[in-house]
Amino acid sequence: MIFHDEPTPGEMLPILEGHTSAGRLERVLRAGLFAVTSELSPPDSADPQEVYDRAQIFDGFVDGMNATDGSGANCHMSSVGMCALLTRIGYAPIMQISCRDRNRIAIQGDVLGGAAMGVTNMLCLTGDGVQAGDHPQAKAVFDLDCMSLLETIRGMRDKGEFLSGRRISTPPKVFLGAASNPFAPPHDFRPYRLAKKIAAGAQFIQTNYCFDVPRFKEFMARSRDLGLLEKVFILPGVGPMASAKTATWIRNNVPGIHIPDTVITRLAGAKDQKREGQKLCVELIQQLSEIEGVSGIHVMAYRQEEAVADIIKCSGVLQGRTPWYPGRDQQRLQESYKT
Amino acid sequence: MYKVRRWVVRHSQAFETIYNWLEQGLVKLHPVMQKIGYQRLEKPVAIFEKLCKGLLFDCKMCGDCALSATGMSCSMNCPKNIRNGPCGGVRQNGNCEVQPEMRCVWMDAWQGSQSMRAGKQIHAVQLPVDHTLQGSSAWLRKVREVVVKQEQSSK
Ligand code: SF4
Repeated sequence: MIFHDEPTPGEMLPILEGHTSAGRLERVLRAGLFAVTSELSPPDSADPQEVYDRAQIFDGFVDGMNATDGSGANCHMSSVGMCALLTRIGYAPIMQISCRDRNRIAIQGDVLGGAAMGVTNMLCLTGDGVQAGDHPQAKAVFDLDCMSLLETIRGMRDKGEFLSGRRISTPPKVFLGAASNPFAPPHDFRPYRLAKKIAAGAQFIQTNYCFDVPRFKEFMARSRDLGLLEKVFILPGVGPMASAKTATWIRNNVPGIHIPDTVITRLAGAKDQKREGQKLCVELIQQLSEIEGVSGIHVMAYRQEEAVADIIKCSGVLQGRTPWYPGRDQQRLQESYKT
Repeated sequence: MYKVRRWVVRHSQAFETIYNWLEQGLVKLHPVMQKIGYQRLEKPVAIFEKLCKGLLFDCKMCGDCALSATGMSCSMNCPKNIRNGPCGGVRQNGNCEVQPEMRCVWMDAWQGSQSMRAGKQIHAVQLPVDHTLQGSSAWLRKVREVVVKQEQSSK
C-alpha cells in the first residue's frame, strides 16, 4: 500500500480520523495490515552516519524502528538523539523511554522534544535494573514505572497537561506502546497486567522474544477472554539466535528471556547453527502471524541486523508490501520511467 | 525483615481484616485527634507507624501506602520501585531479576491479593508516588481522606 501523502522530512502527515498520531505505524496497523518493527541498536559513537547506516539495513522491510533507551542498562547514544537524526530524514522511529535513568521532569521534557522533532510513536518501559549493565555503580532513578509513564504521556496528549496539571499549548500527538512478557511468572497474572497497561494508555504492545508458541497462544487466549484483543495491537517479539551457545547464554544472563530446551537442542543439532537460527525465526514468524489477535511482528536481531530483510522476505508476512523508507518513491518513479 | 514480610503475605487475609479495624478505629478517634491537632500527632504517629510497618512489611515510609492493593506486599521493596508490577524480568523460579536471592515482591503481591476480599484492587493502575509524602504517616493521611469523603457524602 502506498500512502500518497508520504512525508516530507520535518513535516507531519495529517492525523487521520480516529487516529491519535500522524505516524505510519498507526496507519498500517489501523488499516489492518501486518506490521513489522525492528530493534535499532544505538552506536557507541557520536557519528550520525553510524545511525543512518544501521537504519538503512532495514529499508523496505519495517514500518518502525525502536530507538532503544540504554537497553540492558548499557550506555549508548540516547534514544532522543537517535530519533532526532532519524526523523530528520523522514524515518518513523519508535522512541523508547525507560524510567531507569530519568525522573518525571526529564521524561516529560523529552516527550515534548521528541514529538516536536516528529516522533509519532513512543514505547514506555520500566527498564532493566542498573546491575544488568556496564555501569552497576549508577544511581537508579525509577521515579515512575511503565504504567504511570503511560498514564503521564496519555495525560499530556489527551488532556494537554503535565503531571502537575500545568497546560501544554500543543500536546504531543503520539501513538503509545508498551512491552509485555507473557513468559515470565506469575503467568496467570500476565493477561491482567496487559489489561492494566491498556487501561493506562497502551495502544500497541511489543513482547519479549517469543520461542514458546504454546505459552504465547495461551496468553492470547486469556487476553481474548478479557476482551483485550480489540483494544490493542500486539506484536510478538522474535529474533534469530546465532548458536545454541548464544541462546543458552542469553537464557541464563538476560532477565526475562525464556527459551525452551527444544529450541536449544534443535540449534545444537544443526550443521550451520546460524542458518538454523534464522530458519527457526522465519517459522516462528509464520506461526505467530496465524494466531488470533497478532497484528504484526517485532524483530530483535542483535548483531544479525543484516539478516532481517531475508527473514522477513522468507516469512512472506509483508505480502508484497514495501514499507516506506527515505527514497522509496523516487526509486519507484525512476523504475517506472525505465520500463 | 524478609521472613516476617513473607509470612505476612501468606496471611494477607488476616492482615486485611486487622487493617480494616485499624482504619475504623482511627476514624472514630478523628474528633480527639483533631482536637490534639494532626500536625502535633504527625511525628509520634509516624515513628510508631515506622516501627510496626517496618517490622511487618519492611515498610519504606513512602507515605503513599498501597498495601491493600498489593496483596500486603510492600511494592517499595521492589528494587525498581514498581507500583504496578511485576516487571518482565521475573526469573523462572519467581525470584527477582535484580536481587536473585529475593522472591519477586510482585509474585508475593499477586499471591497475597488472591486471598484478600479486596484483592481486585491489584488491577487498578497506581499513579506515580508523591515523593513529598516520604516519611509522613500514611495512616493519618488515610483517616483524613476517609473523614473528608464521609463529610462530602453526608452533605
Ligand atoms: S522482579 Fe519483581 S521485585 Fe524484582 S524488579 Fe521486577 S517487579 Fe521488582
